[in-house]
Amino acid sequence: MAYPKSYRYTKEHEWIEVKGDLATIGITDHAQHELGDVVFVELPKPGAKIEAGKSFGTVESVKAVSEIYAPASGQVIETNGELQNKPETINNDPHGAAWLIKVRLTNAAAIRDLMDAPAYEAYIAEKGMETSA
Amino acid sequence: MESSAISFMSELRKTPLNALHRRLRAKMVNFGGWDMPVEYPSSGGLIAEHKAVRGSVGVFDVSHMGDIRIGSGKKPGGALAAVQYITMNDASRLAIGQAQYSAMLYPHGTFVDDVIVHRLGEDDFLLVINAGTREKDIHWVRENTKGFDCVAEDLSDAHTQLAIQGPRAAEVLQKLTDADLSAIKNYWFTHGTVCGLRNTLIARTGYTGEDGFEIYVPSDAAASEKAWTQAMEAGREFGIIPCGLGARNTLRLESKMALYGHEISEKINVWEAGLDRYCKMEKGDFLGRAALEQAKAAGLTRTLVGLEMIDRGIARDGYRCCNEAGESIGVVTSGSPSPTLGKNIALAYVPPAYAAVGMILYVEIRGQKCRAQVVLTPFYKRQKKAAAPQVAGGS
Repeated sequence: MAYPKSYRYTKEHEWIEVKGDLATIGITDHAQHELGDVVFVELPKPGAKIEAGKSFGTVESVKAVSEIYAPASGQVIETNGELQNKPETINNDPHGAAWLIKVRLTNAAAIRDLMDAPAYEAYIAEKGMETSA
Repeated sequence: MESSAISFMSELRKTPLNALHRRLRAKMVNFGGWDMPVEYPSSGGLIAEHKAVRGSVGVFDVSHMGDIRIGSGKKPGGALAAVQYITMNDASRLAIGQAQYSAMLYPHGTFVDDVIVHRLGEDDFLLVINAGTREKDIHWVRENTKGFDCVAEDLSDAHTQLAIQGPRAAEVLQKLTDADLSAIKNYWFTHGTVCGLRNTLIARTGYTGEDGFEIYVPSDAAASEKAWTQAMEAGREFGIIPCGLGARNTLRLESKMALYGHEISEKINVWEAGLDRYCKMEKGDFLGRAALEQAKAAGLTRTLVGLEMIDRGIARDGYRCCNEAGESIGVVTSGSPSPTLGKNIALAYVPPAYAAVGMILYVEIRGQKCRAQVVLTPFYKRQKKAAAPQVAGGS
């Protein structure tokens, strides 16, 4: 699956798309693949504050619990309620329909420090080499 | 031999099918020191694998399991006496060709490991043991059979063990063997030619709660891959898929089969684990018996229960159980979504006062008290095929 050029990526495998001071956040295709069948998602409520680098929710597959880390700081304005009934959307469309939260950012400029798509692809390719070695 | 095994502990061990799993692009994990497939995205992943076994058939590489043969010494009878002493079930009741679920116990009545004991001959037994406890078990068996006239032999690396599991497993395996599988009852075994490999042990056993077989073929890569590939070919018409340890775990959990390090361990005794019916106190002395007698008289302080989550959330291994007041009462040993039931299930140790079916208790999930209900176990029990009444076999 292609990694959208307009997104930025974290080392913990979240993506963020920023328009002005509004951002959409999700987990990457690599992350959903590592997790396997997603069966449960826990997200903050609208109004909650999230802080860059801190956990704001969890995604669970049959066999594992995985924390989701905030790529940037801000306030949650909307969460993807569809995922409660259809968590498998995260496996099927991680970069699109399975967005997790929409956030009003405290400092939109800070996302420049995150990886762009080519850098993230290189990062996961390198990690793949490590695990298969 | 033992010391060399220890010095290699830091390196992940591989089954003879490791290269094949990697060609299939299985997701590999470190399981008890073994590099094992946890799921095969090319099969559709864990849930698809689980459902294939419940609905049709799947194949697992379980070569990481260990095998210990306990055979006769100078005079016959020594192997049986040794097996009777180191395991809790009554091996004297086994016919040749029959197997039983059993366990090896510490003197204080807790678990060294659970095992399947196969009676190969009058005074000849094969114990199938867990992967993560292999060295410990082999050492334990050698130490505790020293006083018996028998020979304990570690055959763990001699076999590739494949589990073909599911309601169509017999039809798949029958295509590959001259042995009449319809004559093998649950927990019985035979030897036959499988995939051209002669004298292969074929046992109607498994760890899925479904009908199925475990076969023990020579551990060279060529024979192992041949058996795997032919099983896949033979099962194609039934939609057979490779299955990993992830599905193996959810399948055994639904069927309430114990997993070492979770439901059973060196800290848990037989009564607590609810494995009474595999422990034959009347058979004579065995390791752990005296302590179990005392424990029985003292009464249970905790017991294993099945839980079904009422609130949203998945109870996981190690999560705390508490009562209405928030007081800690026990701990979850295994928990997962159940692909068959579509519910979140768990096994937990709680005091008997909380163990009644229908009891509401709580599992603490990331700081939240989530409601759960004690339910009847096993969570899933397969429907037996309607057939002519059979004489009940030993358990």
